[in-house]
Amino acid sequence: MTESLQAAPGPYFGDFGGRFVPEALVAALDELTDAYEKAKVDPEFERELTRLARDYTGRPSIVTEAPRFAAHAGGARIILKREDLNHTGSHKINNVLGQALLTKRLGKTRVIAETGAGQHGVASATAAALMGLECTVYMGEEDTRRQALNVARMKLLGATVVPVTSGSRTLKDAINETYRDWVANVETTNYLFGTAAGPHPFPAMVRDFQRVIGVEARAQMLERGGLPDAVIACVGGGSNAIGIFDAFLDDSDVRLIGCEAGGLGLESGHHAATIAGGARAGVLHGSRSFILQDADGQTIESTSISAGLDYPGVGPEHAFLADIGRAEYWAVTDAEAMEAFQLLCRTEGILPAIESSHALAGAIKLGRELGPEATILVSLSGRGDKDVETAARWFGMLPEEKA
Amino acid sequence: MTFLTDRLDAARAQGRAALIGYLPVGYPDVERSARAMVAMVEAGVDIVEVGVPYSDPVLDGATIQQAAEAALQRGVRVRDAFTAVKAVVDAGAPAVVMSYANPIFQYGVERFADDLVAAGGSGVILPDLTPDVAGEWLAAASARGLETIFLVAPSSTQERLHYTVAHTTGFVYAASLMGVTGERASVGAAAEQLVADTRAAGAERVCVGLGVTTGEHARMVGAYADGVIVGSALVRCLLEHEDEDDALAALRVKVAELADGVRSAR
Repeated sequence: MTESLQAAPGPYFGDFGGRFVPEALVAALDELTDAYEKAKVDPEFERELTRLARDYTGRPSIVTEAPRFAAHAGGARIILKREDLNHTGSHKINNVLGQALLTKRLGKTRVIAETGAGQHGVASATAAALMGLECTVYMGEEDTRRQALNVARMKLLGATVVPVTSGSRTLKDAINETYRDWVANVETTNYLFGTAAGPHPFPAMVRDFQRVIGVEARAQMLERGGLPDAVIACVGGGSNAIGIFDAFLDDSDVRLIGCEAGGLGLESGHHAATIAGGARAGVLHGSRSFILQDADGQTIESTSISAGLDYPGVGPEHAFLADIGRAEYWAVTDAEAMEAFQLLCRTEGILPAIESSHALAGAIKLGRELGPEATILVSLSGRGDKDVETAARWFGMLPEEKA
Repeated sequence: MTFLTDRLDAARAQGRAALIGYLPVGYPDVERSARAMVAMVEAGVDIVEVGVPYSDPVLDGATIQQAAEAALQRGVRVRDAFTAVKAVVDAGAPAVVMSYANPIFQYGVERFADDLVAAGGSGVILPDLTPDVAGEWLAAASARGLETIFLVAPSSTQERLHYTVAHTTGFVYAASLMGVTGERASVGAAAEQLVADTRAAGAERVCVGLGVTTGEHARMVGAYADGVIVGSALVRCLLEHEDEDDALAALRVKVAELADGVRSAR
């Protein structure tokens, strides 16, 4: 590779990305882009973000070797990047601290966010509390039920949580509703977008705020003997994945694998595997990427046990990396993810998020393929405390529920 | 000059703003939505906006969302918009299609433009597309003499106003306020200034939409705009009446109220 793929600035990543938004939002996105471009080269911003990462989030996050888990994965060496140990329990905090700091720079006093699993909502509510911003989180009504504990967490942190009852009542509709709020309140309000998708500058900006994952992990791997053979992460919109991939993009010997939610299986049609499922390109939520859609361009509702991966689109940089063959995208079913979830709990004493369990399932498969010589770095993007009820139900550990 | 601009200019010659009515195709079904659009024309709407229901309508409020969701559940297709366009044109009014970007992209911009021409439509309104990313559509539209109507908003900078006006044909759609479609108690105070700024940026015709609900609103907006665009208040007439005769009667009453409004403005 002659040209670096790292830190691509957008708005386009090959044929993907761009900014497909109502005119009403153009001024705000221009202003945000401008503020971000200035912040990027401002040592003061960098210092503040680094201080928060260290003193608030708890960075750098450690890596943990998982030999007992690896015994079930062909004996490959498996190393976990522990984003689950961050304050608030996932990688989402890396992004919101950056965007909340930008909000202050813009002189805005209110933030809004969409959330699926609730991790981004919790992180947003946390950053808003820390920085004295008003915060409203939109969450599909279906997800408020699946993730009731996270709803309470957001409320405890002082945020207003609005259950969204339109459309499929999941993440995509929460994004629609957040856009509607933004159009109406853009003068005072900044949209803390949760993943590396949406209109420019979000895909590049969110990737930049998450790339610390890969920068740290790459150095940690080198300290432990060298670059891994593969880096694996789960992909919904794909922010933890692009965050860990970015530092390895120019290491052409390192395979990059994104694990999308295969739901009930690709053949069932009930999944959220946008790239692995062979979806066509289209425009959704402000950028051009692969999306689950019918012949008329109507978005098809996705299916996944994991609320955080249950999204019919994918970040445009992933679409690009798939298109040029730099990264591969696999579909991991609900059942495979839950098997990996349980395995990590029992072999390593680590309770992973169901989202991250998709990456763990990918690691099991890859480890069995590559054998004991291989080293696999897995992004453990979040912890599974929020998923205890879902998992307990999946494994039949709850008392019989009333019909 | 096209059917659309002729009609706007004819209203101007009468010393009034044109009345533009929106309904989504397919609610409650394709045939009935087309008949409702024809009824609007008969009752005094000058131009009809034929809406294409979309799964993720980020610029629509609850009323239009509800009708669009129901239409999609009943299986409305993008091609049905052309059926409605033809019905409107046969009834003697210009028709423009209002669609979010992805349905047009997936239908294929060339094919969409061809079918719109074949149905007699005048052009499109693109609520979530700006000229910056509409090159492919603009080429297809201008090759066929179709109008492309972009939106401006109270948040548009002077630079954006000039840019958008330069790429817009037919009329510029000025959003009266920062927000989504839906009925409101009053029309945004920013609208009149936005119309003036848009004209100063070079627009020949500027029509105002979002929140226009009553005859009184139509009168106020009609005093300074070239057209008054009404959507949710008309859609509600259909949502509130399951019986077709009742729905059309309510629709005619609402259109007559709005038509009186634009005629008493100046």
